[in-house]
Amino acid sequence: MALLDLRAISKRFGGLQALINVSLELEEGTIASLIGPNGAGKTTLFNTLTGLYRPDQGEIHFQKRSLLGLKPDKITAAGISRTFQNIRLFSHMTVLENVLVGMHSRLKTSLPAILCNSKAFSSQEQEARRRAIELIELTGLCGRENEWAQQLSYGEQRRLEIARALAAAPQLLLLDEPTAGMNAREAQSLMALFRELIGKHVKAILLIEHNMRVVMGISDRVHVLDYGEKIAEGNPEDVRKDPRVIEAYLGQGSWMGNAQS
Amino acid sequence: MRRSLAGLALCVYIAASCLLAYFFPQSVLAFLLVEASLLLLYYVDAPRQIKIFLGVLVLVILFPILGWANGYYLEIAIQIGIFVALALGLNIVVGFVGLLNLGFVAFYAIGAYLWAIFGSPQANAFIPGNLFPLSPNWFFVFLVLSIIVGALTGLVLGLPVLRLRGDYLAIVTLGFAEVVRALMNNLDKPVNFTNGPRGIAPISKPPLFFQPLLEFFGWQIPEAKLYPLYFYFLILFLVCVIIWVTRQLENSRVGRAWKAIREDEIAAAAMGVPVVRMKLLGFAVGASFAAAVGVLFAAKQVFINPESFTFMESIGVLAMVILGGMGSIPGAILGATGVTILNLQLLKGLSLWLNGLRQSGAVLSIPLLGSYSLSQLPAQFEPAKYERMVFGLILILMMIFRPQGVLPAGRERKK
Repeated sequence: MALLDLRAISKRFGGLQALINVSLELEEGTIASLIGPNGAGKTTLFNTLTGLYRPDQGEIHFQKRSLLGLKPDKITAAGISRTFQNIRLFSHMTVLENVLVGMHSRLKTSLPAILCNSKAFSSQEQEARRRAIELIELTGLCGRENEWAQQLSYGEQRRLEIARALAAAPQLLLLDEPTAGMNAREAQSLMALFRELIGKHVKAILLIEHNMRVVMGISDRVHVLDYGEKIAEGNPEDVRKDPRVIEAYLGQGSWMGNAQS
Repeated sequence: MRRSLAGLALCVYIAASCLLAYFFPQSVLAFLLVEASLLLLYYVDAPRQIKIFLGVLVLVILFPILGWANGYYLEIAIQIGIFVALALGLNIVVGFVGLLNLGFVAFYAIGAYLWAIFGSPQANAFIPGNLFPLSPNWFFVFLVLSIIVGALTGLVLGLPVLRLRGDYLAIVTLGFAEVVRALMNNLDKPVNFTNGPRGIAPISKPPLFFQPLLEFFGWQIPEAKLYPLYFYFLILFLVCVIIWVTRQLENSRVGRAWKAIREDEIAAAAMGVPVVRMKLLGFAVGASFAAAVGVLFAAKQVFINPESFTFMESIGVLAMVILGGMGSIPGAILGATGVTILNLQLLKGLSLWLNGLRQSGAVLSIPLLGSYSLSQLPAQFEPAKYERMVFGLILILMMIFRPQGVLPAGRERKK
């Protein structure tokens, strides 16, 4: 049984059919990529999956449990967390606080316990802080925990988004263009991080990515969307050769050489 | 070494200002110096224990002594306390959760009327049996009750309204406050609940449960002197509780969730924050603070009517929060204190001073321009009358030069 199972998801916005019968399975222990031209429906699929949109049709099963109609916070609690394409950090909060917010669904202290400053509350807070620092170190933001999120550089902000998403202790991590705007070296180190996460922190990763080097280098499976439809699926090698994918997204000729170099 | 010196300097300053205020009980300036000592305490880098000790000393011992010498000071301190508590409550809604609430005074009014109706003969108008006014001992029950009622009203208003954002929410809260005021004004017929615009009086004061203790020590304190002191300590206690609650919440998952909602609602939801529940909680907590302060206000005033709960009050409290710095506890306290002092002391003091000059007929001589007799100063020129203008001017200047407030919720100092 797959970790995540999307069956025939459709979503329409007025006259625009954003997703048409998209099915997708994600196995435990794998990294999958979602590629396709701009406006193909990749982010819409993420938003549908995380409860921001409700699909018109179709089913979503995660660990054998239907996620249909759940609010975003419940889906996070169920074990899926995400990053955003256009960074959405809490900019007037510190790096540490950003990560701590991510832990919201894992912290269970009651209101009376908080107000009485009970032992359970303070020990849980300390534990949360310790874990947050661990995640901050894991994503390479050592020593920046008391800075405001908006003071970080672009690449660091993307890393912080990943740390924040990991704080919810997800089974499945959804990354929306994690290496956008990064240079080759930064992208490389992020790829290493993703490989490290699998098995240790998360069970599977699904990423949207335009950087073919990252997609081809890291994915176990690639899914291709075009105009809301899934046009191909397979391992990176097969997808790269698929004529429909080449026509819709990759294009003929020159860049293929680039990607291979 | 430098820090201990600073602590010593603080002690000297507090002693000097208190002596001044004690021996010149009529001097506005002397009392302002005493009030400023608390601000200094906050800013000066001295050992923590000394700062806490001095703060407690000023608030618990020196202020009451000065208030004993001049009852007006105590009245000001109580007013400040009331507005500090209100500002802290609104700070949760506006500063932490980021919801613009223009009708905060409605919750304050609900608390005040709760005690006013049952703590006076008013309730006899609709509950038979001549049970009212309730004995003063019920005051504390109603203080707790008001917290619950305030929270519930916050929830009832919040449930339908919190789907709205920004300007729309602000308009609805404004409308809510006006509805509450209209109800207070008009619920005098067919059944007389609120006695309408005539207001309710006399409202019971809190019980003097410590009276036996005073007698035991052989202290005879006339009630006229005792009650202001009593209210001062009550409001001080209430403010301390509110600060404690706010701080605990701020440094917990609740406070972080609030701020996350303020920063980015969608991202907060995606990180597992139940947005609607947390907003409701923020609304309820803020409202419960206001309602509790309302009970105290009603008991202190003895008489209340709807005029005390106008839109301008809401705006005033909001301005305190904004001036002090949104989302900052010290900011809300400073904002409330500053504005109250400005209204009650500074402008009035300035008016008195100018009147004095006018009557003394002093002549102001300016080189090149000739001399000008101050007795010709037009009578319209009286700072106390320009309260709103001065206030507005301060707000405008603040928004231009320091939009984040005097004491913003800064993390820089943490480093």
